[in-house]
Amino acid sequence: MNKIAEIFTSLDYGPAPESADVALAWLAAHDNTFGHFINGAWTKPGKTFPSENPANGKVLAQVTNGTAADVDAAVKAARAAAKPWAALSGYQRGKYLYAIARLIQKHSRLFAVLETMDNGKPIRESRDVDIPLVIRHFYHHAGWAQHLEREFPDHVPYGVCGQIIPWNFPLLMLAWKIAPALAAGNTVVLKPAEFTSLTALLFAEICEKAHLPKGVVNIVTGEGDTGAAITNHPDIDKIAFTGSTEVGKIIRRATAGTGKGLSLELGGKSPYIVFDDADMDSAIEGLVDAIWFNQGQVCCAGSRLLVQESIEERFLEKLKKRMSTLRVGDPLDKAVDIGALVAPVQVERVKDLVKKGVAEGGQLYEPDIDIPGGGCFLKPTLITGVSTANTVANEEIFGPVLVEMSFRTPEEAVALANNTRYGLAATVWSENLNLALDIAPKLKAGVVWINSTNNFDAAVGFGGYKESGFGREGGKEGMASYLKPKWEKELKPFVAATAKAAKSANPLDDAGGIDQTAKMYIGGKQARPDSGYSRPVYGPTGTLVGEVGDGNRKDIRNAVEAARAALGWATTSAHNRAQILYFLAENLEYRADEFAARIKAQTGEDGAAEVAASVERLFAFAGWADKYDGAVHNPPQRMIATAMVEAIGAMAILAPPSRPLLGSIALIAPALAMGNTVVLVPSEKSPLSMTDFYQVLETSDVPSGVLNIVTGESKVLAKTLAEHDGIDAIWFAGDAETSAMVEKASAGNVKQTWTSRGLYYDLADKAKFEGDYFLRRATQVKNVWIPYGA
Amino acid sequence: MELRVVDQPAGGKPAVVKAQEPAASAAASHRRNPGFPLDLDWVERVRMNRSALERRAATLPARRTVKKDWQAAWLLKAITLMDLTTLNSDDTPGRVERLCAKARHPVRQDILEGLGATELDIKPAAVCVYHSFVKTAVDALKGTGINVAAVSTGFPHGLAPLSTRLAEIEASVADGANEIDIVIERGMVLRGDWQALYDEVRAMRKACGDAHIKTILGTGELATQTNVAKASLVCMLAGADFIKTSTGKEKVNANLQTSLAMVRMIRWFHEETGIEIGYKPAGGIATAKLSLDYMALMKEELGTHWLQPHLFRFGASSLLTDIERQLEHTLTGHYAADYRMPMV
Repeated sequence: MNKIAEIFTSLDYGPAPESADVALAWLAAHDNTFGHFINGAWTKPGKTFPSENPANGKVLAQVTNGTAADVDAAVKAARAAAKPWAALSGYQRGKYLYAIARLIQKHSRLFAVLETMDNGKPIRESRDVDIPLVIRHFYHHAGWAQHLEREFPDHVPYGVCGQIIPWNFPLLMLAWKIAPALAAGNTVVLKPAEFTSLTALLFAEICEKAHLPKGVVNIVTGEGDTGAAITNHPDIDKIAFTGSTEVGKIIRRATAGTGKGLSLELGGKSPYIVFDDADMDSAIEGLVDAIWFNQGQVCCAGSRLLVQESIEERFLEKLKKRMSTLRVGDPLDKAVDIGALVAPVQVERVKDLVKKGVAEGGQLYEPDIDIPGGGCFLKPTLITGVSTANTVANEEIFGPVLVEMSFRTPEEAVALANNTRYGLAATVWSENLNLALDIAPKLKAGVVWINSTNNFDAAVGFGGYKESGFGREGGKEGMASYLKPKWEKELKPFVAATAKAAKSANPLDDAGGIDQTAKMYIGGKQARPDSGYSRPVYGPTGTLVGEVGDGNRKDIRNAVEAARAALGWATTSAHNRAQILYFLAENLEYRADEFAARIKAQTGEDGAAEVAASVERLFAFAGWADKYDGAVHNPPQRMIATAMVEAIGAMAILAPPSRPLLGSIALIAPALAMGNTVVLVPSEKSPLSMTDFYQVLETSDVPSGVLNIVTGESKVLAKTLAEHDGIDAIWFAGDAETSAMVEKASAGNVKQTWTSRGLYYDLADKAKFEGDYFLRRATQVKNVWIPYGA
Repeated sequence: MELRVVDQPAGGKPAVVKAQEPAASAAASHRRNPGFPLDLDWVERVRMNRSALERRAATLPARRTVKKDWQAAWLLKAITLMDLTTLNSDDTPGRVERLCAKARHPVRQDILEGLGATELDIKPAAVCVYHSFVKTAVDALKGTGINVAAVSTGFPHGLAPLSTRLAEIEASVADGANEIDIVIERGMVLRGDWQALYDEVRAMRKACGDAHIKTILGTGELATQTNVAKASLVCMLAGADFIKTSTGKEKVNANLQTSLAMVRMIRWFHEETGIEIGYKPAGGIATAKLSLDYMALMKEELGTHWLQPHLFRFGASSLLTDIERQLEHTLTGHYAADYRMPMV
């Protein structure tokens, strides 16, 4: 039988290779060796390392391992370019971005083929997903450049941005970093991942072709040390990183106290929830796009399958059948679903985790399909019967491995979904939108896809909750990550009013009159300090004006527990939160004289003005509670993406030493208005205004645990709070040293932080602080994608 | 779920239909759908998500492709899966005879020889005509093994009196048609009157006797993919041998996303009953590339087994010429022109 006759019977697919010729020719034109792209020119190749094709182990090119001196040269170039670039009109910058988009479009196939050869992902994905999204990102941000001044008045770019990107979506992550940075008027030094530098280098050529001013984009290739040189460079104003949570934490610690802006897009273990009323076949097809997209090397991969028990058996049966028709093979083959993992080390890592999963009792399923002998190939893998205590249910595997467990009720689905350190994405399948839209807000994840998965668009923010990082890429939120208020660059150091040195502090001194014991306020109750010690509070002339409890880590522990127990505050209606804040303001004003006197006693300042300002501030944020909300995006697909503005969770707020009342109110009001619960450490020096305040709380219907007040030594309590895994965000107003400590300690669970770094933030300034400055920091945006169509 | 064959006497021991091993030998061991009781609970459990179907339909042709010899072999196969069709109000016996002549020699001999495919017995599965031309077609195709399919039951609207429609089926069968493409009343689906739909299809199936019945859903007029899927199920329960998308006269003809909804119901039906139902997309399938996309869809969703004439058909006319051109291109490396192929 001839070949055609044979195929006529077998109906096999046969090979369908995409040609590598043009990409190989491009590499050859560079002698297969690359330097860096710095200040608009190519450096001589230095010490190089090979970039391999993971599908066959062949070396594609030699890439220079960037040194600290290379990074320094790049930063210098970026610094020199920063001012003129920012000085261009938005329209002019937009035209460059537009030109870049056009040029990538013109060479889209070359980019796709090169990406596939370098990374191992199927050509279908690089051609149909990665590169089109890249192009869209540049087009979208060309528009942002032009509308910047209108949408972000009085904002300025950071300056020089250091950007470090991963190997799983090499060019796409570059686009997510560079497009918004440039649109905002920043210049960049970008380091691609060592496994996948080639498309970034091709991109550098595109920048040349677009006549981008020299120094605006600098590409420095290299390994971890090169990344560290960027992270630690003193003349970089902002670091944007996408990669592992482990490295993200290192970067968080390294940048602590430097004043560098920071956005982190880290790992995930995203739940994929299937309810019993889902279109099951479509949910299974969604899983293919979730966990077998890019060999599962996707930070937002739906890697934890949660199936309702009533359909579990049937669903798994169908899933296994579907797995057997996945085609694993040459990434350049147009009919391949799963290509090669990026490098042998990843293959080993995934295999080890799978072994562990099986050893811990999971049932392994791999379809009986062929995979190529050489190269970094793995079969699609399913581990069923996994429980929450198993390693594979918690660790990010970053490979084509799906783990499965079942749930009984929607409530349990949510609990299981949120039972993770991560919070990047989640998927929900149900034909009942009432159910799906009930679940979506309850999932602690930056992106929720309903009846679909892995949707991305430049207009829709992407980024994580919890240890999946902070900051958003895409959309207005993404632009905001590359801008700061102009005044922030002009802040002056805080100089404490020179108080008379307190006399030898005899703990038994009293302030005269009837002894008043200012307690702490935890879980809606007044609480004595665990330590059993009190701290004296002195007035401006050094006289004792009162005493407060000397809080310690146990008081913090109790306060955080109370704050977490009260997280339901976020789901009370914004109108109700507003009412309570108005009521607080009203009750505070009712006792204005008393509070004014107390302020004067502690600071010698005009207390009446501060009380009035505090009441006004409470009013302001009561007003904001039901107005600072989300948006509905229209991505190019037939779906809506609703950007929901959500509370971050339990926040720690350490108030500045000055302004005993307003200093606290200015920070807690936005936090509470947005639905966060708060552990407040009032001014260490003058805490009595806030201990008086709990009596106002008690008369104002504030639910217990929503605001907890712990007095004591700010620095000590800050450390406990910054290290506490139950705290989701921490704000510290005080000295630079403690600010640095707070930022560093916050890395443990990747808290969002705001610190004043020893600078003077005039919290009385309504123009700056009565609006979105703190609202933005008290919230995170969740984008819920909802496809529709009868 | 266990289903009882309809003809089983009530109270008797239910004859549970077991799933068959996919038979390597094709039609011979194929078990005809005996029909099952209408199971409204099953109908209510059907869920189809349009956006998800569209996403799969959009990416599937980008995930699968066949090139060179594979493409040629697949296209030759496509011809054997074809119901070569003429359904125009100006059809005449002469037109039908020409169509049948083309069916006898669907590919130019020199192309077949060049591809080494002369032994493959390449011919369409059936010729599909209006009732009036059944006799003409039967005569013209005598001895070829090519089936004659008739669109009966008041095609394309299906709104003639039921008795008239049943009589039409019987007349077509009497004239020698061995396949009957019936149309369902779309209104029954839109009203959710599954019982009426079931009863009607059942009656038609009975009227068909040994002739195989393909139920045309008119998917372009069923509004939702869930309706399409439910109608598919009801037709299968009523005894359909094939479910078919369109008459070719609706505004929206066959497309990949609707096909997904239908073949997934075929899959489900097979899982529950062990009975294999055929699928026939029709209307607008005019290019070789598109026919390959449909074949890939069948292979992916139902398996290679389903790519046989007793389980898959294209309703098409101009498709054949495009396939012939592609085959010549494979052979010569030159692009071909349609006027050099004997017209359909």
